[in-house]
Amino acid sequence: MDPGGRVNIFVDTFAWFTDPAHYTGSNAVQVRVFEHLELSALAVLIAAAIALPIGLYLGHTGRLAFIALNVANVGRALPSLALLAFALPIAFSLGLGLGFWPTLISLIPLALPPIMTNAYVGIRGVDRDVIEAARGMGLSEPGILRTVEAPLALPLILSGLRTASVNVVATATLGALVAGGGLGRYIVDGLALQEYDRLFAGALLVATLAILVEVAFGRFEARAVSPGLRSPADAL
Amino acid sequence: MTEGEPLIRWDWIGSHLDEIGFRLLQHVELTAIAVTVGFIIAFVLSLLILRIPRIEGPVTWVTGTLYTIPSLALFALLIPYTGLTLLSAEIGLVSYTLLILIRNIVRGIRDVPADVIEAATGMGYDNSDRFWRVEVPLATAVIIAGVRVATISTIGLVTVTALIGQGGFGFLILIGIQRFFSTELIVGAVCSVSLAIFADAMLVLLQRRLTPWTRVAG
Amino acid sequence: MPNARGATVEFRDVTKQYADQVAVDGLSFTVPAGKICILVGPSGSGKTTSLKMVNRLIEPTSGAILIDGTDVLQEDPVQLRRRIGYVIQQVGLFPHQTIEENVGTVPRLLGWPKDRIRSRSIELLALVGLDPKRYAARYPAQLSGGERQRAGVARALAADPPVMLMDEPFGAVDPIVRDRLQAELLRIQRDQGTTVLFVTHDIDEAIRLGDRIAIMKDGKLVQYAPPGELLAHPANEFVAQFVGSDRGLKRLGLLTAGGADLDSGIERAGVDPRAPELKASTTLRDALALMLERGVQQAPVVDDNDGRYLGVLTLAKISKMLGSQA
Repeated sequence: MDPGGRVNIFVDTFAWFTDPAHYTGSNAVQVRVFEHLELSALAVLIAAAIALPIGLYLGHTGRLAFIALNVANVGRALPSLALLAFALPIAFSLGLGLGFWPTLISLIPLALPPIMTNAYVGIRGVDRDVIEAARGMGLSEPGILRTVEAPLALPLILSGLRTASVNVVATATLGALVAGGGLGRYIVDGLALQEYDRLFAGALLVATLAILVEVAFGRFEARAVSPGLRSPADAL
Repeated sequence: MTEGEPLIRWDWIGSHLDEIGFRLLQHVELTAIAVTVGFIIAFVLSLLILRIPRIEGPVTWVTGTLYTIPSLALFALLIPYTGLTLLSAEIGLVSYTLLILIRNIVRGIRDVPADVIEAATGMGYDNSDRFWRVEVPLATAVIIAGVRVATISTIGLVTVTALIGQGGFGFLILIGIQRFFSTELIVGAVCSVSLAIFADAMLVLLQRRLTPWTRVAG
Repeated sequence: MPNARGATVEFRDVTKQYADQVAVDGLSFTVPAGKICILVGPSGSGKTTSLKMVNRLIEPTSGAILIDGTDVLQEDPVQLRRRIGYVIQQVGLFPHQTIEENVGTVPRLLGWPKDRIRSRSIELLALVGLDPKRYAARYPAQLSGGERQRAGVARALAADPPVMLMDEPFGAVDPIVRDRLQAELLRIQRDQGTTVLFVTHDIDEAIRLGDRIAIMKDGKLVQYAPPGELLAHPANEFVAQFVGSDRGLKRLGLLTAGGADLDSGIERAGVDPRAPELKASTTLRDALALMLERGVQQAPVVDDNDGRYLGVLTLAKISKMLGSQA
């Protein structure tokens, strides 16, 4: 491409963003952003509902350490496109059709490993003396988990949720490949139609959204964590 | 996915072994270039960080941001500049390896025990000898751990480059999705995951060969 | 031994100044060739700083350190360090190399031929009491703390350095192992004739190992003397306190029955039969303990070699030696 093309793409993309037509109807920017966030939030919530109890329980009992720790590595080996590929026949055989459901099904296994492993590592990392002291004071096992271990493991638990959320927001883009909504639509359609302004706009929107989620989570973590234990270390 | 169509048609696999082999080579090539180039860049940046610690913040910020940008978006952002080419794919893939590789190289070198460094200096190693013969060998285990994560992630991301005309096994997945042909997409997905597991196992073996001292009983 | 002689080490008005404090202040003393000099003092006294200025891990602000008359500051630090053995408390063995490779480090840096490095490593492992057949191919992680420290000493001696620096080398091993390592160090040092500069905060270790002891405080040399003299005549209240209120007993540990003023007027047969027979090499401290244990006032002393009767040691004589100091 010639240098002029580069200038053009910015001009064109700017024009795309300022065109009122892109803010009306079912393909409006705000609609796509909402779809993207709705899908991502649902995927993370379902994954957290599954992975957090397992991670907390395994961490509290110290059981299945090998599996709990390696599930993250296995998770990394699962390419997002492959997950989508596996989800498609599953959704189809369940009669859920294209678009939203196969994408959701593919996003959940992506979000499980970091949430579970971080919860496990966070709980295991709690000083054994503190737990011993809590038990000595007469706290029940669920009481120890709720009032001692979980708060102390909170920094790692939150960073697991952050990793999962950023991954999910990024990967939700691929949903457009199976006729889903969200911001991936602009990229996939832009590619197919060779409309680079639309492609570029979609890419910028997704990148911005992912970075915003990362930053917002970082802010939230800084506030939610007890002042007694600042300097959270990432397990992943 | 059409009614009456089996999930996997073994005869298709039998008649498309050449195609699968070609995609395997492409996948390996895309991954190998990305990890090798990524490692070289990461190593140079790590050396700079170790020498000038105040650039660590900015380097981590840039590589961390690159890492956060969704792969499809990054590839899409490159298309107006480098088109639907191998170069676009590699720029994106290399970008994703940097954060992990730099983190592990820097940590590996910094974790070399201070007493070992002092003993080496005290016995008359000059700085470059000490770096290459003491610090790098001792950091090898941590560095290879980083290469493992980078390699596994890259093998997964290579599938996404199918969208910009590359892709290795990702190409089979994409075509499978577009044609509603479950055999092709499952073959692509299974092969991609298998390749990641195989590559990881090879790197574990490499690490054991390079660091025999980590396996001795304490 | 290719280099059976140590070198003289001289500190000449050495000062190390950091931004806001003086770590070492006008240090001057000379360690004669082939002797062990112990630098001892409380933490922050500048003893380790002084040691590290010899191999230029720390550069002096002013003054000179001479090894056999040559100022170390005139030499290339890397070349200098290859000629000086260096042992530290954490040992600093290379975890990625076998014990044999570790011991061969400096010869390898010096470019010795492979078979010479190998034979030297084997020889040194035997010298420090690590059976080469068992230990040569092991990694440091497979050794105990004491064994690692032996390997560290072997590594420091590999290229026959005329000077060896030791920074609290036995500080991290348990007392029984430390005792044995100290005895081995004395044996090896006598054997090799290396000049040793040894840092410790343990006055008992200093008295046991040192030919000379340099007591330091706040970066200054307070007293530099052989251990016996240090115990008999502490230069000031600080030294007296540092060597301990039991310094009389410590001094008895340096003196032998044979060297005492024996009463040869008493016949061997006339000595209390319950009294233990003492060899001339027995320390007065041990003699005192034996005599108190048996409840006797006197004991016969005989020659170590031929058992010839030399005279009688009395409690009064020992007590007089205790009182003769300070």
